[in-house]
Amino acid sequence: MSGYWTGILTILSINVIMAYAIFLPVATGQLNLGGAGFQALGAYTAAFLSAVAGQSAWATIPAAMAVGGVVSMAIAFPLLRTRGVYLVLATFAFAEVVAGAILNTSELGGAMGLSVPEYLDYPVPIIAAILVTLFVFYLMATRFGLTMRACHDDDVVTDLLGVSIRGVRVAAFAIGGALAGLAGALYAHTFSFVEIQSFNASLSIYVLLYVLLGGTQSALGPLFGAAFFTLLPEVLRAVLPQVKGALAGLFGIQGALSPPDESWRFVILGVLTVLMMMYRSEGLITRTLIERLKPGRHPASATVEEASA
Amino acid sequence: MLLEVRGLDVRYGRTHAVRSVDLDLAEGEIVTVLGANGAGKTSLLRALQGAVRAADGSIRFAGEDLTHASPADRVRRGMMLVPEGRQIFVSMTVHENLMMGAYLRSDGDWMRDLKEVYDRFPNLAERRDMKASVLSGGEQQMLAIGRALVSRPRLIMLDEPSLGLSPLFVNNLFELIRELNRGGISILLVEQNTAMALETASRGYVLELGRVVLADTAEALAGDPALAAAYLGGHAAAPAAIQTL
Repeated sequence: MSGYWTGILTILSINVIMAYAIFLPVATGQLNLGGAGFQALGAYTAAFLSAVAGQSAWATIPAAMAVGGVVSMAIAFPLLRTRGVYLVLATFAFAEVVAGAILNTSELGGAMGLSVPEYLDYPVPIIAAILVTLFVFYLMATRFGLTMRACHDDDVVTDLLGVSIRGVRVAAFAIGGALAGLAGALYAHTFSFVEIQSFNASLSIYVLLYVLLGGTQSALGPLFGAAFFTLLPEVLRAVLPQVKGALAGLFGIQGALSPPDESWRFVILGVLTVLMMMYRSEGLITRTLIERLKPGRHPASATVEEASA
Repeated sequence: MLLEVRGLDVRYGRTHAVRSVDLDLAEGEIVTVLGANGAGKTSLLRALQGAVRAADGSIRFAGEDLTHASPADRVRRGMMLVPEGRQIFVSMTVHENLMMGAYLRSDGDWMRDLKEVYDRFPNLAERRDMKASVLSGGEQQMLAIGRALVSRPRLIMLDEPSLGLSPLFVNNLFELIRELNRGGISILLVEQNTAMALETASRGYVLELGRVVLADTAEALAGDPALAAAYLGGHAAAPAAIQTL
């Protein structure tokens, strides 16, 4: 496999893990716009332990997950008192605080960043992404997963049924934090270098977009969303010159066109994002869609026997 | 007494929604709470289930003081509120909704209770794997009640279950309430349909501005023309009775 493709697969794997990190809180009805902050925690934990303490990746990755999980659980208690747009702002502010703290800590390299000695090749993030995907699918199929969806649908009724909504939301937030820590550690070991500028607000926004546009109702959504948004720019990179040339040809324009291809990719990505929000506001992958795609399933007649079986 | 409420107060900030309410419900009884909109009926039920805190007073259930218990503890002891407006989980299937009712069941028997709910409501069994949001209003109400039944309650509190249902379905609903009661479940029924509620219940309380202003047998309340005109918008009274006022 070429370096180009292994690079893309690595990014895709990290993005998938990040998408699930944000999906878990979102599935309980909590928008998290602090993804970059949690990923930075994991990345710097792994980088510091690898570079300064000389630990192997077998130690740095679990440590990064633990830091991500513990910190997010600790802040979940005050943070989850806020709701809706205030929670979005609070998580966003948290990510900024993390970035500010790291930038001003010379032990972590400050603005210079940290080199990570131990390098992990692309199979590691791919295997990790597969394991995380299986874990989230399993989790959503358990009673805990059902309860998470209940909190998302109607927290008042869920509370009346005796569910500790707070406990469910804190747990989902903390598991998400641990996954973000994992994504960060994998980033550190595969890119061999961490600098705080890579964990910026647009990363948080993109990761939340993966989840919201992929679909929040099932574990397929974030997988699809992350894949779509990671691969689409690459596909556009490949076909854009021809598309642009063809369009220009239609209008009889010859020669070089401005702006360059690079910015056109993001224009198209932006237009697609807006269109998806307009026409698939519940995300691309919905339960109704999954139901429709199942072969030979007729819900109306399916089940009197099953119920009594 | 299964349920004994004494001097219950509920406040939301400066709003005093329930004022010093006393209410009793014996095991096996159907009791109704009537009153106009804003009389405090829903607040009373929410306080009984523990969704809002009682500012004052006490709630005893089956001999235990549950005034400060969590909703989960109350569900475990057999109290279950079916909230107003058929609040079901819309993204879930019928079956998943019913499973949520068994959330606190640690015994293995909840599968049997689930099957009983399907036997009782064949419509739900037929739509087991459909999204709950596609059910009709009446079916959604059945689902909300079915979900409550899976928790195996001793007392079901129903908040305006007939709201927005067709007249035919309202009859079925009250028949169901009587049937559940014959099966041994005590019922606390908050209703706007006062005529039907008083026909079904043995006793009733009338709330006004958070206070109990009348408490009597259902028969006495149904025959009270002043009550009908003053508090209940005349549903329970024959037109002639209003003219005599």
